[in-house]
Amino acid sequence: MSNTPAFELDDVSKRYGPRWALARLSFSLPRGASLLLTGHNGSGKSTLLRMLATASFPSVGKLTILGQDCRAGREALRHQVGLLSHASFHYEDLSAEQNLTLVAQLLGKPLSAVPLLLEKVGLKARSDSPVRQFSAGMRKRLAIARILLKAPALALFDEPFGELDPVGITQMEGLIRELKQTGSTVVLATHLIEQGIGLTDRRLHLAEGRAIEATP
Amino acid sequence: MSVGIFKGTWLVLKKDLLIEWRTRARLNALVFFAFATLLLFTFALGPDMEVLTKNAGGYLWLALLFASVLCLGESFRVESENQALDGLRLLPTEPRAIFLGKALGNTILLFSLGLLLIPITIAVYDVKMVGSLWHLILVLLLGCLAISAPGTVYAAIASNARARDVLLPLLLFPVLIPALLASVKASKVIIEGDLMNNLNDWLTLLAGFNTIYWALGFILFPRIIEDD
Repeated sequence: MSNTPAFELDDVSKRYGPRWALARLSFSLPRGASLLLTGHNGSGKSTLLRMLATASFPSVGKLTILGQDCRAGREALRHQVGLLSHASFHYEDLSAEQNLTLVAQLLGKPLSAVPLLLEKVGLKARSDSPVRQFSAGMRKRLAIARILLKAPALALFDEPFGELDPVGITQMEGLIRELKQTGSTVVLATHLIEQGIGLTDRRLHLAEGRAIEATP
Repeated sequence: MSVGIFKGTWLVLKKDLLIEWRTRARLNALVFFAFATLLLFTFALGPDMEVLTKNAGGYLWLALLFASVLCLGESFRVESENQALDGLRLLPTEPRAIFLGKALGNTILLFSLGLLLIPITIAVYDVKMVGSLWHLILVLLLGCLAISAPGTVYAAIASNARARDVLLPLLLFPVLIPALLASVKASKVIIEGDLMNNLNDWLTLLAGFNTIYWALGFILFPRIIEDD
């Protein structure tokens, strides 16, 4: 099982209405590796990350994640895959602590982890405030805490540095390194290529849904 | 692994009630909207108190039905913000637990609204109830359950549409006609007296439609929220 790739795309395409967001993509990433996903806006990076998170599925082709078919094994996979997306997935009217508590309860994790994580991402002082009052950077920090709570085998980051201040960017880099050290496979989509290269060992460049360049 | 359908249902329900408690926006809006609807019937139908009293059960259910559109739409608006529903799915949460939790949350809200509307209806339409208040509360509970199950399914479908506010009642109202008819008839029988011994028939019909609505929702909901 551990010899299987973190994910394997076999001639995968994804269609939204008349438009192909991904076209005939074949690629595989070994477990424990880290991948930088680059490409212009609309190149298919977010579509690929959503498929790897099992939020959506290929229209054509076969996608295997952590040794399991993405559709058949979706429930088990969702325990092992974490996505930091453009959307924070949080409830605006709940506080940071209530949001994280809900996540911990649904994941069956100990509730004692919640205050520790809020402290780690620098939100301890605002843990009772509703997310509606948070800045974009604070929302991203809360999303980071959510990923840390899940401790995923495959961690997916879609523009992780956006909206973060310099301290937040350093913290995010530290988090990604921490996840790599614990053996997680990391996929990182960003326009900050220099920063991304420093954190990853492989690169996949997409253009109009096709793989243009794959660097081992 | 997953927390299971019962615990998942409880956590989703608790989350929805907590959001409602923290904002109280939905219940306040629903109460004022339903109260205004009840009053508007008296203006629209004129001062003939006999007509108003005779049809009071029907007005109560129409006010609840119109208010339910606001309630159901709002319950999925909170899920659309920040793609929170995707977040729930990807944790993962069993989709049927999401359905049960949200549908029960909507039922509790509508039932609470109905409990507030009963005394208002009695006062506004000068109703002298012959039957038991407990029977009316039972009809209210069954009617709210019947609105909430298909309402939750259609609100999930409509939440991704551009014209969601128009789409939800268009989809929901035709499906609810049999349950609404049974609720109105049962309420009328309780208010005016059960001379023909019909109450049990209407209650059985309502229970039957509830079984169908909840079973269909339970089966279909995962297909609606999963992007296959």
